[in-house]
Amino acid sequence: MIEGAIWRRWVFFYIPLTLFLIFLLFPFYWMIITTFRPDGELYRPWRAVNYNPFWTWHPTLLHIKYLFTETMFSTWLVNTMFIALASTAISLFCGIFAGYALSRLNFPFAGSLGTGIFVTYLVPQTLLFIPLSEIIRNYKLGDTPWSLILTYPTFLIPFCTWLMMGYFKAVPKELEECARIDGASRWQAMLYIIIPVAVPGILSAGIFAFTLSWNEFIYALVFLSSPEQKTVPVGVVSELIRGDVFFWGPLMAGALLGSIPVAIAYSFFVEHYVSGLTGSVKG
Amino acid sequence: MAVTVAGADVGMHQKPPRQKWRPLENERSLAFLLLLPTLTLLGLFIAYPFVRGILLSVSSARVGIPGEFVGLQNFQRLMTDPIFAHVVWNTCFYTAVTTVFKLALGLWLAMLLNRHFRFKAFTRAFILLPFIIPTVLSTFAWKWMFDPTFSVLNWLFYKLGLISSAINWLGDPDLAMLSIIIVNIWRGVPFFAISLLAGLQTISPDLNEAAAIDGAKPWQRFIHITWPLLLPVTMVVVLFSVIQTFADFQIVYVMTGGGPANATHLFATYAYQLGVGTGILSMGAAVSLAMFPILFLIVIFQLLYIRRVETR
Repeated sequence: MIEGAIWRRWVFFYIPLTLFLIFLLFPFYWMIITTFRPDGELYRPWRAVNYNPFWTWHPTLLHIKYLFTETMFSTWLVNTMFIALASTAISLFCGIFAGYALSRLNFPFAGSLGTGIFVTYLVPQTLLFIPLSEIIRNYKLGDTPWSLILTYPTFLIPFCTWLMMGYFKAVPKELEECARIDGASRWQAMLYIIIPVAVPGILSAGIFAFTLSWNEFIYALVFLSSPEQKTVPVGVVSELIRGDVFFWGPLMAGALLGSIPVAIAYSFFVEHYVSGLTGSVKG
Repeated sequence: MAVTVAGADVGMHQKPPRQKWRPLENERSLAFLLLLPTLTLLGLFIAYPFVRGILLSVSSARVGIPGEFVGLQNFQRLMTDPIFAHVVWNTCFYTAVTTVFKLALGLWLAMLLNRHFRFKAFTRAFILLPFIIPTVLSTFAWKWMFDPTFSVLNWLFYKLGLISSAINWLGDPDLAMLSIIIVNIWRGVPFFAISLLAGLQTISPDLNEAAAIDGAKPWQRFIHITWPLLLPVTMVVVLFSVIQTFADFQIVYVMTGGGPANATHLFATYAYQLGVGTGILSMGAAVSLAMFPILFLIVIFQLLYIRRVETR
């Protein structure tokens, strides 16, 4: 479909696309190369002679070793995984039911409730973190994973609900009616007829919610204080920087390893993720 | 309602296999039960904190001290606070500049990706990485690239002969602002590109072909066909992005911490510094609540505009 002379193809297509790719992916390359580069090569002034920053002939695993022996990185990974999975499960549970109710049941205030949930979707976390930290402390949830498992759904549920509403609306009414004529209760029709049809939507909502909770930062930063409770993003920030000293090797190793689980989850469900992302926008 | 009647009718003739639990059969009570978990969580952790936030912002509370009612004193103090004035300006500037660039670059990238070429699916998957990877972690990679002594960008510019002395990216107020703007654009372009690409794919190629046959040039086709048809999607994407950018925290927190000399503070980082850093909860709550009216206006304005575009 790319028409025209070869030079046009290069000027209008290949060169811009390559520049975009370099711009978007270079930081990750830099993360990887720093992870495996020995300290002696890392801290060389940028005007040193014979300095090639883009490659190393002496790859090392020291930074990764430091991460697992000198910090609680493995604990942070487990914490993050547990928190992300639990809050995703809660959000899916709530979002599926709420989405079903709002899209397929007739009841008073259905419209305004739907709008209300959409509006909470637009509330940024940074608007409420200070009063929320006080509430978390009052509920005695501070410095526990539950402070995050219970608060993450506040920005995941609206999105899940919104996405599921779109999927449920697309299921024809006749499907449900047939089941009910055959004697299924409303509950059974929902559980065995409607929800199975919406499985792709559930996967999309789930993978999107998982990446969002894996990436969350400000609540985790404010609600957690002891090193053994932290999530990867907060742990890396608070434990690998001492005052003004940045341990760049372990920092980049932590950034790389902390990104891998979410990148793997993403790579398995790219299509679902993309439809979740675009569905969340289109509604 | 027709469904209920039909279902009940048939139920009378053929005996249902099991006794149905009434609250699950009635539409209203079922809806209530299904919405209960969602409303509980959103009420406890969105509505209640919102009210608490307003109460905090009109009190003199600090960490560990409940404080007392002081009326609008905190907001009055913000009005005369030179740092807060700077915060308002910074946030608006940061949001406006990044949104324009994210939209322009995102649209360009979306149009490139809308063609057919080898490894298209692969490219699209890779392009989303900046959006998937935890922002804090990828921002550290940028901070390392902007490092005053070991910056790879300085090395590159030096080798290309563009500079002769090191650029102190994060030490100079204007360059620090430029740096966080670059990182925000980097993180946001994939979201714009992929969402707009989804919008582009809903536009029938027939329209463009018909216009091309009638002699319309590529840029004419873009202005008269692609852009108007893409406008509803564009508006929603911009709405989401503006809200996220306006309330941004992570990039500034990692890159500059609001410095140098408060030059890059946004609402969220200033609220964090006051509320969590120095423990003046009331002032922190006031700063983050000050975002609310502006966000509210943005949302109302854009929702009205979207409605107008969609009904046109």
